[in-house]
Amino acid sequence: MPQTPMVDHPDHEAGRSPSATSPLLSVRGLKTYFKLDEGIVRAVDGVSFDLFAGRTLGIVGESGCGKSISARSILGIVDRPGKIEGGEIWLQQESEDSPAIDLLQLPHEGAEMRAIRGKEIALVFQEPMASFSHYYTIGNQIMEAILLHSTASDAAARARAIELLGMVGVPNPERRVDEYPFQLSGGLRQRVMMAMALACDPRILIADEPTTALDVTTQAQVLNLLQRIQKERGLSVILITHDMGVVAEMADDVVVMYLGRAVEKGPVDEIFHDPKHPYTQALLRSIPSIMAKPRTKLATIEGSIPHPFARPSGCPFHPRCPDAIKGLCDVTEPPTHALRPDRAVSCFLYGDAS
Amino acid sequence: MSSGSISTPKPTQTAEDRFAVATQWQLTWWRFRKHKLAVASGIIVIAFYVIVVLADFLAYADPHATDSKRSHIPPQDIHFFDNGVFKPYVYGLTQKRDLRTFKLSYQPSLDRKVYLAFYTEGYSYNFLGLFPSNKHLVGLVDARPEDGIFILGTDLVGRDLWSRIMVATRISLTIGLAGVTVSLFLGILLGGMSAVYGGIVDTVIQRVIEILRSMPTIPLWMGLAAALPNSWSVIQVYFAITIIISFLGWTDLARVVRGKFLALRSEDFVTAAELAGASQYRIIFTHMLPSFLSHIIAATSLALPAMIISETSLSFLGLGLRPPAISWGILLQDAQNIETLALAPWLLTAAVPVILVILAFNFLGDGLRDAADPYG
Amino acid sequence: MLAYIARRAVLAILTMAAISVFAFIIIQLPPGDFVDAYIANLSASGSSVSMEEAKSLRALYGLDQPIYVQYMKWMSRVLVGDFGESMEWHRPVAEVIGDRLWLTIVLSLSALLLTWGIALPIGIYSAVRQYSALDYLFTSISFIGLAVPNFLLALVIMYFSFVLFGANVGGLFSSEFDLAPWSVAKVWDLVKHLPLPAVILALAGTAQLIRIMRANLLDELRKPYVVTARAKGMPEARVIWKYPVRAALNPFASTIAYLFPYLVSGSIIISLVLSLPTVGPLLLKALIAQDMFLAGTIVLLLGVMTVIGTFISDLVLMWVDPRIRFQMD
Repeated sequence: MPQTPMVDHPDHEAGRSPSATSPLLSVRGLKTYFKLDEGIVRAVDGVSFDLFAGRTLGIVGESGCGKSISARSILGIVDRPGKIEGGEIWLQQESEDSPAIDLLQLPHEGAEMRAIRGKEIALVFQEPMASFSHYYTIGNQIMEAILLHSTASDAAARARAIELLGMVGVPNPERRVDEYPFQLSGGLRQRVMMAMALACDPRILIADEPTTALDVTTQAQVLNLLQRIQKERGLSVILITHDMGVVAEMADDVVVMYLGRAVEKGPVDEIFHDPKHPYTQALLRSIPSIMAKPRTKLATIEGSIPHPFARPSGCPFHPRCPDAIKGLCDVTEPPTHALRPDRAVSCFLYGDAS
Repeated sequence: MSSGSISTPKPTQTAEDRFAVATQWQLTWWRFRKHKLAVASGIIVIAFYVIVVLADFLAYADPHATDSKRSHIPPQDIHFFDNGVFKPYVYGLTQKRDLRTFKLSYQPSLDRKVYLAFYTEGYSYNFLGLFPSNKHLVGLVDARPEDGIFILGTDLVGRDLWSRIMVATRISLTIGLAGVTVSLFLGILLGGMSAVYGGIVDTVIQRVIEILRSMPTIPLWMGLAAALPNSWSVIQVYFAITIIISFLGWTDLARVVRGKFLALRSEDFVTAAELAGASQYRIIFTHMLPSFLSHIIAATSLALPAMIISETSLSFLGLGLRPPAISWGILLQDAQNIETLALAPWLLTAAVPVILVILAFNFLGDGLRDAADPYG
Repeated sequence: MLAYIARRAVLAILTMAAISVFAFIIIQLPPGDFVDAYIANLSASGSSVSMEEAKSLRALYGLDQPIYVQYMKWMSRVLVGDFGESMEWHRPVAEVIGDRLWLTIVLSLSALLLTWGIALPIGIYSAVRQYSALDYLFTSISFIGLAVPNFLLALVIMYFSFVLFGANVGGLFSSEFDLAPWSVAKVWDLVKHLPLPAVILALAGTAQLIRIMRANLLDELRKPYVVTARAKGMPEARVIWKYPVRAALNPFASTIAYLFPYLVSGSIIISLVLSLPTVGPLLLKALIAQDMFLAGTIVLLLGVMTVIGTFISDLVLMWVDPRIRFQMD
């Protein structure tokens, strides 16, 4: 692989990284491909980002940009025919003195990797209806996570499940624990999902579009809950969403993804107030605003996401980019330029010239 | 990373356009073509229906002609090359009676070659009831009366198995088709009514389907078939059996029709047509029918093998078609007891077309069903 | 839940009523009535019946009354276990059928258990190891299983066992137990004879069920709840057994509903080929001899049996599916 410059690696200038420590989770050049009969889909193609302790990292992008696959790659649970083809995923161990471990070096089905899933890193999904099995009570499904990672007795696990349900704001947890998922409303199900993810006190919570399937008021409740829990427990959160509003409200740092690439990274304020990449700029323009003048047309991004098998050459965004440089953007892939240690963009508009 | 390393095939814009503007039928056909097994099965099915049309032409001996001197002749080798020249021939047979067991046996007389000829004259028949003919695909030249071709051997009363299988194919496959047609009519009518009217009509029809499906079919068929009067002609029995086997066969098709109909009715394009003020009749026949016709065709080709098995089973039991009618089931009836089978195992070859056709229809139906969902 | 059971029970009763009507029609179908046939039968054996006797017989069976009255009379006798008299055997129908009904049930049930026992693990294997060599093998075998009608399979197996071992594999009992009263030894003899016909009978259903199980499980394996379970750190094998297999089992339970009538049907026809002492050969003989009370009763009993089987499968389905248990109230 022709190496793209990775000057934003926190080790280089650790002293200036946001939390002044090394990242809790560091993803480097992650590649997850799907080999299909029709060709290879590069769902995640060389993505790097860092998650710092106690912070929320927002990953934004349109559907199909590879954000969910990135999340699953971290846990090593990509469905066939998807396969992680390259990269590193460094997880800082619980005690600060132990060296970080590369999750991709662990066997996928090994006990070590399984001990990380659910215990260290937990996942909350976008479809609370389909993410539960309808054949077991929610208590059973929460207890299962507890029993897997601890030596707790059934009774203790059950008590813990009830406590968790109460904590995420499920009314009547003693009764609800014996109910089936289809007996709950969508909002409650998402809370239960959260309780299940928190069952083993993970250090990292990956929330994959946690509010997409919910109505607006429920969305707000769930996001508040997420914020509260994060504060209470000092959780680090990776929040995956297509909703710039959610990012603005929740995230500390942002990664913008397009067609399997991270096109821009930075602290949330900078991304919103000084977007560098034309794609980020276009995304921000397309947010409806109540400050906008009446009767102005909502800005949209030109064109549509290319077919996954027909990825454009050069910069994948160039066919839709208003600033594309002919003969450059459609030929060569832009390298990642670190503007500052915590700020990077993959675009020819920056780099040497800027 | 340069774009040159991307090995992804890039469908050109025109290919995508082609996909986008293709009609439902084109899409279905494109997808179907990809199922090699289904395409091969389709060809086999077509070949069988060619046999249906040309049965008498492909047979070379009168399927009804009995001859005690030809009892249980085993299948005979056909030699295609005579001294390196393509000139197919068979050996004449000499009959011998074992003096201890009194069983007849047949030995090829290697000194006497009887040559085959193509497009020869043989027994007379009526081609599809249209015109009389006596042309056959193969026949013997300069043969003595006792000579004959026995590709698959003969049965107890000396009838040629190959010729009988050809003629049986006609009856077995058309009865399947007729049965499916009746089932299809009932299925579309009742399934459609169930979906269009809903309410009490739907409930009643659905309950009737459930009741029919929970009945053991063979005993019921046996009871009904046994009641057909002995005096009935072959044609009458044929139609009666068709009706008996389709009597329980329509339920599956009715379910498919109802399910698809209900699914389609909530589709946007149907709502659009309704809003545009199209009549119920127009919506059903111009908007909905083309969309689920492919599903119905698939369901039909999956229902056909069941019909064929039903007829074969009934005739095998002696309760379906009756001699002199010839169907696969009737041929297999001869192979029913183990003593006959031990003596003349070639009688089981009548099972080969049954299995082949059922497999072919199953694969074809599967391929069609997959292809019917072109966007799926 | 009660509403669900009640609805299923009503449907079962309706089905039984429909079957009884069919059975009655079958009894009525041959030309002439039962007494005509009875008289013909008697005169064939030398005795004769006077017109008065015939008339009183007709009155006894209600043959001079409208058809629905006859049906009601017949039904009211059937409900107390009086199925009439077999003309051919000159004995009560119930006596003629005797053990054969139970043997039919035993054969069909063993085939059902066998079908599940084989189809379940193979279906799971084929889905989890999709496109593996064994998956292809099982898929091909199940296609053949689908395409070969079971009577043909029975014929072929009969032929080969005869040619290779010189043995007739038919029957459910060794000759010394054929007419013997029931004993432990006879049951054991039955157990030894049962596997072959059960396998033959089960093959087609097994083929179908493998395909159903494989397709269902492949669907379920792609569902988000499987990812949820994996994300908890469960070992893969446990994930599959606890979640998708459990979900794919559900439609499996409901297959009794159509598999059982199908097996009962199949048992009739393979019993003829393998000369098994089930109701199959008896039904055929009765139909050919126009012994209609016997034939009608067999059809009725087989029908009722499958309806009971279907009803049980509905109850099982309710038991295993919490959605039915909790939402039907």
